[in-house]
Amino acid sequence: MSALTKVGEYTLLMQKVLTRPDRFRETCKQIIREMNNLGVSSIIIVLIISFFIGAVITIQIRLRVDNPMLPKYTTGLVTRDILLLEFSSTIMCLLLAGKVGSNIASEIGTMRITEQIDALDIMGVNSANFLILPKIIGLVLFSPVLVIFGMVTGISGGYLVSIFTNLISSDNYLYGLQTFFVPFYIEYSIIKTLVYSFIIASIAGYYGYYVKGGSLEVGKASTDSVVMSSIMILIADLVLTQLLLT
Amino acid sequence: MIELKSVSKTFEDNEVLKNISTSFLPGQTNLVIGQSGSGKTVLMKCIIGLMTPEKGEINYDGRNLLTMNRQETKMLRREIGMLFQNSALFDSLTVLENVMFPLNMFSNMRYKEREERAISCLERVNLHDIGHLSPAEISGGMKKRVAIARAITLKPKYLFCDEPNSGLDPKTSIVIDQLIKEITREYNITTIINTHDMNSVMENGDNIVFIHEGILEWNGSKDEIITSSNKKLNDFIFASDLFKKVKDVEIGLMEDEG
Repeated sequence: MSALTKVGEYTLLMQKVLTRPDRFRETCKQIIREMNNLGVSSIIIVLIISFFIGAVITIQIRLRVDNPMLPKYTTGLVTRDILLLEFSSTIMCLLLAGKVGSNIASEIGTMRITEQIDALDIMGVNSANFLILPKIIGLVLFSPVLVIFGMVTGISGGYLVSIFTNLISSDNYLYGLQTFFVPFYIEYSIIKTLVYSFIIASIAGYYGYYVKGGSLEVGKASTDSVVMSSIMILIADLVLTQLLLT
Repeated sequence: MIELKSVSKTFEDNEVLKNISTSFLPGQTNLVIGQSGSGKTVLMKCIIGLMTPEKGEINYDGRNLLTMNRQETKMLRREIGMLFQNSALFDSLTVLENVMFPLNMFSNMRYKEREERAISCLERVNLHDIGHLSPAEISGGMKKRVAIARAITLKPKYLFCDEPNSGLDPKTSIVIDQLIKEITREYNITTIINTHDMNSVMENGDNIVFIHEGILEWNGSKDEIITSSNKKLNDFIFASDLFKKVKDVEIGLMEDEG
């Protein structure tokens, strides 16, 4: 299928998804359920990855930026900016595209091949809206929480390195964290995550919704959704960085 | 009543349905039979509105599905119940939530009333105390019965069943057939059943439509099927030795009585 056809299909699907729900009460219930399924269940993995990446970034920066001309707080400053600007939003969402995106695509794809989506359509329910919209809203609403958790845990990982190793003193690390701090970086990171969350949920929903065939095709749709979401996240990163930081 | 007038459906150059005209009356079990690939599934999808035929009319009590706008189609669908081949219960919901689902979406009843209605529908299909289980925890026959309960919660005027007996043992098949027949009579529903099961045909066929290569080849009742001289129908129905013997016995009995 040509890329243009897919873009057309995706646009038409989003037209069906982004409409007023048939029953607002049921959609609200679904949104809360999805926040739990997609967001809350991702907290642990976000914490673990952020902690270790924060710690590794701190060690790497300290070892690579070993120049007497640079102030000692450089490690804390660079670690903070990497975590705030790219890791907690872009890298975290690339990870979420794998975990959450494949979950959405396989869930909706399985519903398609087992006729559950046909059942909704025959009842007169807008199946695309009922299934995909709560996932988009749920993930978009919960993703800022994951970003904040990622930032705090990543910085904490770096701080623990400063405490338990002789690479950098914790005073220098903490001073670096506070030096030249730009509060907009947090907003920038959250804005990017909101866009990425929409990309992850909508693209995974699209691939799941249009599955044809059996379990093999569901697996393929799940993989394709992760690949496509990741590519779109990187493109969006480029565009948003250009728009928001220059 | 559902009435079809000259319904034709083509996929590229392949005409799958050719000028099908027939009617399905309420309170009867209307069966659509035919070989695999004969076009009966396409016919059912056209009647439900999941596919659009190129020609013809599909009238639901005088309302032509093919000229309805989106809102009218949506309203009509609330009058339809559907039993899918593999039940199509929602995996993420419990049995009770599955049955309550149409009520949650389309009724203004209070929670307690919705729950009572769902429980009464489950009891109607002889299922008790399984509301808390998930679809994965119940047997195939139970799933079919839950699907029937879900299909009747909104008191539909039209019920569609796609291969209701597939994957079931003969005894459970009879239970499901009987249940569909009873519900059809009880609620005076226009029921259309797509089936391969010859036991169903012989037991429940108030009105049988035989489709062969996209053409409506024969239309009649289960009693008329025995005496039919239509070769294609006889080749299909009496393909097995068992049914050939049944036919001989039935004809013998008729001659004795006659």
